[in-house]
Amino acid sequence: MLELDKFIEWIHSSLLYLIGLDWVVSLIEYVLIGVAFLSLYAVLALILIYVERKICAFFQCRLGPTRVGPWGLFQSIADMVKILLKEIIRIDKTDQLIFKVAPFIVIIGSFCTFGALQFGRGLHGVDFNVGLFYMLAISSLGVVGILLAGWASNNKYTLIGAMRSGAQLVSYELSAGISLLTMVIISGSLNLTDIIEGQANAWYIFQAPLPALIAFVIYLIAGHAETNRGPFDLPEAESELTAGYHTEYSGIQFGFFYLAEYLNMFIIAAIAATVFLGGWQPFHINADWAASFNGIMDCIPTWAWFFGKVFALIFLSLWVRWTFPRLRIDQLLKLEWKILMPISLVNLLLMAVWVLIF
Amino acid sequence: MENLEKIILSLAPDAKIEENTQRFTATIAPEKLRKVAEGLKAKGFDYLMCLTGMDYKDSLGVIYHIAPSNDEANVIVLKTSTPDRETPNLPTVSDLWEIAYFYEREVYDFYGIIFTNHPDMRRLFLREDWKGFPFRKDYDANPALNPIPEKVPSVESFENVPTYSIDKDGKLVKKEYPLFSKDEYVVNFGPQHPSTHGVLHLRISLEGEIIKHIDPHFGYIHRGVEKMCESMTYPQMLYLTERLDYLCGTMNRHALCACIEKAAGIEVPARAQYVRTIIDELTRIASHLIGWACMCNDMGSITAFIYGMRDREKIMDIYEETAGGRLMVNYYVIGGLAADIHPNFQNRVKEFIPYMRKMIKEYHVLFTGNPIAYGRMKNIGILSKEKAVALGVTGPSGRASGWACDVRKIEPYAAYDKVNFEEVLHQEGGTFDRYMIRLEEIEQSLRIIEQLIDNIPDGDFKAKVPAIVKIPAGEYYQRVENARGDFSIYINSTGDKNPYRVKFRSPCLSLITALCPLCDKEKIADLIMISGSMDYVIPCVDR
Repeated sequence: MLELDKFIEWIHSSLLYLIGLDWVVSLIEYVLIGVAFLSLYAVLALILIYVERKICAFFQCRLGPTRVGPWGLFQSIADMVKILLKEIIRIDKTDQLIFKVAPFIVIIGSFCTFGALQFGRGLHGVDFNVGLFYMLAISSLGVVGILLAGWASNNKYTLIGAMRSGAQLVSYELSAGISLLTMVIISGSLNLTDIIEGQANAWYIFQAPLPALIAFVIYLIAGHAETNRGPFDLPEAESELTAGYHTEYSGIQFGFFYLAEYLNMFIIAAIAATVFLGGWQPFHINADWAASFNGIMDCIPTWAWFFGKVFALIFLSLWVRWTFPRLRIDQLLKLEWKILMPISLVNLLLMAVWVLIF
Repeated sequence: MENLEKIILSLAPDAKIEENTQRFTATIAPEKLRKVAEGLKAKGFDYLMCLTGMDYKDSLGVIYHIAPSNDEANVIVLKTSTPDRETPNLPTVSDLWEIAYFYEREVYDFYGIIFTNHPDMRRLFLREDWKGFPFRKDYDANPALNPIPEKVPSVESFENVPTYSIDKDGKLVKKEYPLFSKDEYVVNFGPQHPSTHGVLHLRISLEGEIIKHIDPHFGYIHRGVEKMCESMTYPQMLYLTERLDYLCGTMNRHALCACIEKAAGIEVPARAQYVRTIIDELTRIASHLIGWACMCNDMGSITAFIYGMRDREKIMDIYEETAGGRLMVNYYVIGGLAADIHPNFQNRVKEFIPYMRKMIKEYHVLFTGNPIAYGRMKNIGILSKEKAVALGVTGPSGRASGWACDVRKIEPYAAYDKVNFEEVLHQEGGTFDRYMIRLEEIEQSLRIIEQLIDNIPDGDFKAKVPAIVKIPAGEYYQRVENARGDFSIYINSTGDKNPYRVKFRSPCLSLITALCPLCDKEKIADLIMISGSMDYVIPCVDR
């Protein structure tokens, strides 16, 4: 009853009824969807920033924001207003064009993934037949922006940060990709709708417990590394490189990097939830005796399932971030190339055998 | 003492041995200096404790405090001087004791004494284009001579390193060479940087992530404390000591108090001695907690940083209750304490001891046992014992290399001879040892406090001290173990109400000098971690 797909259908049919012209309706709907995604993007960022500050505070025996609004709820809104009002300092001796374009590349890279994400039953922008591939491809575009930002700033620290970032993202993209590929074997499709539908009775992580669990852990590690957050925050490494690739950015240009970092965390968690934990599918037990249990689970709206899973994974990511110290660059690359990568390749084989046998 | 006399006389028969001094003192002619220094080094005197520049008005001189690293109580004080005030020069000893490399640059900076054959005769603290040598008694402090420059010259313009040598005709010859070649990738690390623990400026030549060479620049917050002391009375000087190494303020103040008390023959009541020992150990815990916390922060673990700061807060609260101050406690005065302890002091300290023990366990769970942390610290930045002695790396960092250099054991002061505690020693000298030794020393400090807290004797907290403190003419040298190492104070008095010359031996300077050999061929991330494990404080260097 709380599902939103009915609501969307209602908007569509009432628009058709009011206007009557197919192409005008489509046009209006495109604009509406665009606005909806943009506001979702902004609101999610605000929520994530607040959540991170609160959770981090509790890990560190602090209270976090308490002054602005009840429990400091409006803190991130105040921060947003501040960052919008801040002056953008023009830096001399930078490559002006690339310097200005870089934050947009980073944010576009992360924003475009929203188009294919499925937030609930019938709640998605585009249903690609290669949706998973699209998301992998578009979300790794961000590294180009980071490299350009580091290079264009004409600063030695940013350059080191950007180079670290390049090495890190390119490496970890591999095992993230392979572990998703492992799951594609079991789903048999790259289409996100198919992938989610395939988990109606049991999430993939339960369908092939061993290889799926390995792939899940590897994806979480690699995905966490792709978001550039501790213990993989080498590109920023505030105690080493002051702020890494975005040292020279100010105002909303810096805000874009900041926003993209938080949303990337959301995107990685969303992909993990979609591929391993059934996306918006409720938790079902595939047995006759559990029919009533499944019925109860179905009462929770699908979008709540999706966001619940995503935020659980985000909490995990925050937990890791606020516990571990930072890796060194050689340890980082060793972890990927000597440990994660071989394991995920073997795991891929294991999954193929598993699917063949069971 | 007689033994030392024999050694010196065998090396330089015409050496003048001074009578009635606190420590064995010999004056030698500058021509003999090299021979005596080499002889002493060969006889096992491998620790150059302190090198002090002096202006005797008629001549400029240097005082060397030298001791064998395995028997530090046997300090030899060597003095030499040159009457030349235009181009005074003395032979270098930086090839014998590595730490002299920086000490001699400091003396050159302040007294203008040129050390011949020293590889790098740049100034250490002041800008290269500074006119005059400020610690000389005839220095002209007129601001018109050294105006604030409208445009600060670039660092690169000062990177021609001069060296001096004496040619066959006895003339001083100057040579220059560039510090970095033109195609090196040199990064300015500091003075504004989150992990330099103050305003330290390192010029680092990089090859990708790998460090090729480090050149430290000091002096961004140099206040000339030693020079200021020369125009102050003894009680006034006390307030400057806490501002050197602000994390072990009470210990630095203890050093100066003890030095003046010994010189003036003031008997400090036992109550004051006990309380001083307890407060010093609390400061050591607080300082080690910050050292631990900052090191974790340098390695990217901000949560651990907050944990350390949280527990240090408890100590600050204890201070606040008893002394009123938190960071600058200002509690010791000449002759004892400024006020008696708060009635609540003992209870609060006793509550703190079990709490801290519990927290140390938590630290080990959170950070020591963490595979990333261990993997990063293991086998990185290894400082051998020989190197530690040569560079004068004392304190926890020196003990991590296996050098038993704890002044509390070597020359016990206050109530340290009445307590049982272990001098924690590690052998490998790696970053992990330096990390662990701080947590283990906290444990030992807790032990010391535990033994003393219930046995604070009754009685006065302060001895009777004349309104104007004067100390008899002579030279005094007092060592204490602060949280970073051997902090010593040298006072040269003429019997007046203010000293003729004061020198603070900073343990942090040698910790920074050790960075350069330790970080060779390591990565930037390791530099941050190693400097965190050294736990230096810049105001201690920039006195």
